[in-house]
Amino acid sequence: MIPGAFDYVKPETVEEAVAALAEAGDDAKVLGGGQSLLPVLRLRLNHPTVLVDVSRVDEMRQVTDEGSSLLIGAAVTTYEVMHHEGIRAGVPLLSMAAGEVADPAIRHRGTFGGSCAHADPAGDLPTIARVLDAEFVIAGASGRRTVSAADFFLDFFTTAVGLDEVLVAVRVPKLGAGWGFDYQKFHRTAQAWAIVGVAAAVKVDGGTITEARVALTNMGAGPIRAASVEAALTGGAATADAIAAAAASAADGTSPTTDTHADAEFRKHLARVLTKRAVSTAAGL
Amino acid sequence: MTETVERTGGPAIGRPIRRKEDARLLTGRTNWTDNIQLPGTLYMSLLRCPMAHAKIINIDTSAALAAEGVVAVYTGKDFPELPGSTCVWPVTDEIVMSHFPAICLDEVKFGGDVVAVVLATEKYLSVDALDLIDVDYEPLPAVVDMEDALKPGSPLVHSDKGTNECYVAKMPCGDYEAATVKADRVVKRRFINQRLIPSPMEPRAVVAAPMGMSDEITIWTSTQIPHVLRVLLALLTGIPENNLRVVAPDVGGGFGAKLQINREEVLAVVLAQKLGRPIKWTETRSEHMVGTHHGRDQIQDIEMAVMNDGTLVGMKVDLLADMGAYLQIITPGTPLLGMFMYSGIYKMEALDFTCTGVYTTKTPTDAYRGAGRPEATYAIERIMDEVAFELGIEPLELRKKNWIKHEEFPYTQIAGLTYDTGNYEAATARALELFGYDELRAEQAERRAAGGPVQLGIGISTFTEMCGLAPSRTLGALKYVAGGWEHCTIRALPTGKIELITGTSPHGQGHETAWSQIASDIIGVPVEDIEVVHGDTGRAPYGMDTYGSRSLAVGGQAIKLAGERLVEKARIIAAHQLEVSPDDVEFAHGTYSVKGDPEKSTTIQAIAFEAFTAHNLPDGVEPTLSGESTVDPMDFSYPHGTHLAAMEVDTETGQVTLRKYVCVDDCGVQINPLIVEGQVHGGLAQGIAQALFEGALYDAEGNLLTGNMGDYLLPSAVDLPSFITDRTVTPSTTHPLGTKGIGEAGAIASTPAIINGVVDAIRHLGVNDVFMPASPQNVWRAIQTAQNGGAA
Repeated sequence: MIPGAFDYVKPETVEEAVAALAEAGDDAKVLGGGQSLLPVLRLRLNHPTVLVDVSRVDEMRQVTDEGSSLLIGAAVTTYEVMHHEGIRAGVPLLSMAAGEVADPAIRHRGTFGGSCAHADPAGDLPTIARVLDAEFVIAGASGRRTVSAADFFLDFFTTAVGLDEVLVAVRVPKLGAGWGFDYQKFHRTAQAWAIVGVAAAVKVDGGTITEARVALTNMGAGPIRAASVEAALTGGAATADAIAAAAASAADGTSPTTDTHADAEFRKHLARVLTKRAVSTAAGL
Repeated sequence: MTETVERTGGPAIGRPIRRKEDARLLTGRTNWTDNIQLPGTLYMSLLRCPMAHAKIINIDTSAALAAEGVVAVYTGKDFPELPGSTCVWPVTDEIVMSHFPAICLDEVKFGGDVVAVVLATEKYLSVDALDLIDVDYEPLPAVVDMEDALKPGSPLVHSDKGTNECYVAKMPCGDYEAATVKADRVVKRRFINQRLIPSPMEPRAVVAAPMGMSDEITIWTSTQIPHVLRVLLALLTGIPENNLRVVAPDVGGGFGAKLQINREEVLAVVLAQKLGRPIKWTETRSEHMVGTHHGRDQIQDIEMAVMNDGTLVGMKVDLLADMGAYLQIITPGTPLLGMFMYSGIYKMEALDFTCTGVYTTKTPTDAYRGAGRPEATYAIERIMDEVAFELGIEPLELRKKNWIKHEEFPYTQIAGLTYDTGNYEAATARALELFGYDELRAEQAERRAAGGPVQLGIGISTFTEMCGLAPSRTLGALKYVAGGWEHCTIRALPTGKIELITGTSPHGQGHETAWSQIASDIIGVPVEDIEVVHGDTGRAPYGMDTYGSRSLAVGGQAIKLAGERLVEKARIIAAHQLEVSPDDVEFAHGTYSVKGDPEKSTTIQAIAFEAFTAHNLPDGVEPTLSGESTVDPMDFSYPHGTHLAAMEVDTETGQVTLRKYVCVDDCGVQINPLIVEGQVHGGLAQGIAQALFEGALYDAEGNLLTGNMGDYLLPSAVDLPSFITDRTVTPSTTHPLGTKGIGEAGAIASTPAIINGVVDAIRHLGVNDVFMPASPQNVWRAIQTAQNGGAA
């Protein structure tokens, strides 16, 4: 399709980007890699009057090791997340999931921050941010603020980033020693969206799961932590039976959509099966 | 498996020469229709209705007309009588025909039907103006389900017709009732051959331009059928045919979707003539999904009457075929192209065929790679597996027991076709060897015994198809309003270069290379010295174009005959120059020499120059050197093959994985094995895609739910394994080159092989069928239904 007309600005700094948004008013959109926004424009689902392209804001393209966490600029591409040595060493679950996103062409243009700010419930990287308890650094006219992943994803395609704000970076805590992890993405073709995805990270000590985190992709309006599964796993045995029993509650309380690939009932079934598989792999079974 | 080698001498036929057209196609250094830029062009965009069925109450175009760059806006009121397409195949005397308007006048009948046309000086401005057109619709009930559409009281697609039934076509062969009496049992199944959306890489595009110096309008369009289109455009627009020149530039795939006369083409021509300016239209992918014709979409009720020992006695085929909202070029005939093929390669005493065409408020259907034959092959190869299961016979053994044995050819099958040649035993033996059939069966048994989540199944498809459309008398008997001949002119130019003018119209098949190979062997000129001219009614005036794997099967015959005629004319001139009788002149590898005195010789290039100067021609011989032929084929040709698929099914998630695919095809003599290989690979991808990925879905209101490639899934290379392919060669005896067709074989054979494999993997769970595409949800639900005691 062919998008409607819009103005285009390309700031060099976060402050310039914020100023450009303030000037444009409510009809502006931030353009990162464009892998979600451009289809929206081409299908004429949205008609912004100004696009603020942040892909050349230097600060947003950096990866900084903060010791116990990594600060990953919002404009860092999915491809870079997949291959960056610091990310691979510090949060390998994120690199692994980045390799599951779409196809190489999209990974070279699409960005980690863009995926989170777009907040498609079928997106893979928001689920990883959620399971790792990432923090989101947001800049606006009144300065910068930090929002936890739990408070960042508000609804379908809706986040805590205001219309006049820019997502600058995502702070991702490192998991540290003793953790195992997995991301199970279930889709029909290699480049398709996740029908359901499950991210799991567990810490096993002497055959017992001492900590467990599980988050679900596309099982609701945004990435969801499977709290009941985490509770059932924590303190339990790292055995196939115990994990299967815990995974049985993975879909509890979820309200997934029905679409052409899967209905809600099948998604719930998949969430249970994939949770069992993701946790089992994370636990080294 | 096929080596790529350049020509080093010897015969050109049979060599896997790399395609000479590929460099320009792969680098984009060519004219796709959308590349054509003419001064003064107006860009056409179409307002398509957002609902399946509605009355048009009012259209306000004033804001659009006032918008920047807009030159004109038209609605149905401006062209109330203009048809946008036409049907050339009224399959029965009683058929209910439909009028497909270029622009809808007072009613829209499918989502994507056209209600207004904008012409603007820029493409973007043209699209922007669509948003400014205000249409008041009064919704009418959609007609979505074929069975509901036939019930009394159903809402009607065409209210003036009084019915949604388009036609009922019957073909009783033998006595099916007697067969059921004789048989020990009758196995019945219902198969759904789902609706597909043909998706060539290049979407549709057209440029129509008045040429100024005359009344000629040149139409560049991304089509498979420039010649047929020229005739139809003349008939529909009233513009004299001699004023229309249709050019198919390089065309980026068609698969049947470009075997069509489109309303967009009609409008471009009419508006170019009306305004005296070039009109250009290129669709977007989203527009393509609703605006191009769709394929397949049949409900197949299949019965097979069998003896307990597995002998087939008779078959009953009862089809419902979705026409969509209107009949386009061969909409009603498409399901009937499979009519003769339901018995496949098997012997039986009766075949009772009925097809009911049904109107619905959906995009019209028409030909899609295989056109009727994939549906027939799916039905016969699926029911063979079901019969094998019901009788407890190994599915391969059941096939062997019933197929036509190689010593029985030529064989007239139950529908009256005479298969000239075939060797199902040889193709099957080779396929089994490549596949490792016994080992995989052993692994399947082990996996079942172990009871793990991932089970293994083996799918078989021993198929044949008919291609080479077609003997003209046969087409006439089927009520098709055109012939099936093909034309070729070969001109030897004064410089010794060759122009081969073909009526076939390639859109990715490699005709330029393959036709050069044929002509090279006949007239003895190097492949690289032959230019193949195609797809332009100005340069190649006669032709019936490319579809139905006909180009080599029919067009190849014309090349051979035209080449031979050129050689014979040149022989007379050569004899004159060599001062001997033509009977004393031998011709080989482009050289004419005197029998017994080979030093006395001349070349075909030298003769071409002599024919040009005409200084020294024998009396009664006209200047210039060319050969011409228009061939009506004596029969169809019948490629066949054995395809085997190893399918893994994750019974917990329904995820299906194609682990191994082997096919051994027999397309007779191969002109270029590398091109054959490419056709097989592409065909397999398309047939496998029907089985596993593709499917057009509509909601109850008739809205297309799969209107983009996020919802309508096409596989990419990473979703498919490396195919293991080979060929057996059983030359056709009805074709002078011994060739058959290969363009559609992969797409026809592979779909049932895949689904047979999926069902075989989960048969022990009580599953007898899986809806296509065999998506995880469809597979999982089939297992759930069977486990809960229901028939899947």
